[in-house]
Amino acid sequence: VTLQELWHRLGSPRWFFQISGGLRRVLGALAVLLLVTGTVWGLVFAPPDYQQGDSVRIMYVHVPSAVVAQSAYLLMGAAGAVLLVWRMKLADMVLAATVPFGLSMTALALFSGAAWGRPTWGTWWEWDGRTGSMVVLLFLYVALYALRQAIPRPETASRACAVLAIVGTINIPIIKYSVDWWLTLHQSASFSLTKAPSMPPAMWIPLALNALGIYCFFGANLVSRLRLEILERERGTAWVRERMLGAGA
Amino acid sequence: VTTVADFFAMGGQGLYVWLSYGAAAAVVAYNVLAVRLRERRWIREYQDRERRVAGARAPAVLGAEP
Repeated sequence: VTLQELWHRLGSPRWFFQISGGLRRVLGALAVLLLVTGTVWGLVFAPPDYQQGDSVRIMYVHVPSAVVAQSAYLLMGAAGAVLLVWRMKLADMVLAATVPFGLSMTALALFSGAAWGRPTWGTWWEWDGRTGSMVVLLFLYVALYALRQAIPRPETASRACAVLAIVGTINIPIIKYSVDWWLTLHQSASFSLTKAPSMPPAMWIPLALNALGIYCFFGANLVSRLRLEILERERGTAWVRERMLGAGA
Repeated sequence: VTTVADFFAMGGQGLYVWLSYGAAAAVVAYNVLAVRLRERRWIREYQDRERRVAGARAPAVLGAEP
């Protein structure tokens, strides 16, 4: 299959439904494996920090959830662009299906950040560039959810959501560079794809496992939501009927 | 020697650590269950509707190929 053919096939929700069952299982299994290993490692075998003590273990929750929440938003921005340019149905479904996941992960990042801030900074909450821009991310997710509910015509709703998703991506670089632009309590990035980690392997390996695991979980969850979205939108078609009544679902 | 109690105490920071991991478990469970329950309800409603329609049309061939 060439890339061009793949692009055209992605225009067919039916095709996506047929190929995605196996994908969901593989991603789901990987997610369980990675998240269980990373979490047990992070809680039991990773060393406590020489300054923070055991509260550093919150990192294995906080960093992956914050990173995937932003990636999910970028995916929605890309899906929004694809929707506006090519009118691809699947792009609109991605846009709708990512919102609950991204919203819950943003909330988790904020909550675990607060629980980490209390023992390390001495406060649950401190307004600064990083926390403020993450709250903006939370509001963007809420707005995307509300916007779709508020507009009765599906085509209008999806175009409005696409525009908001695209405009909102400006917040992602703000989140990323907020810790460098403004003097703040939040530490700057200690994990990078291009530099050697500043942590010992016993700490960065479980962090990497949980980060990879949360991406697999995002993938599996997104595919599940997309499959359901496809069934709902295509319920009148012959192939859905055959699938539901033929194989006993 | 680390005891189970030591593990849960997390050096006195157990409250913060377990709050975070508890919230993580809740968020993962929400994302899994939200889809699974909706999926199950959707399939049930679809099949109920199909059965009603089939029953109204031709009760004798329920479940058979049209």
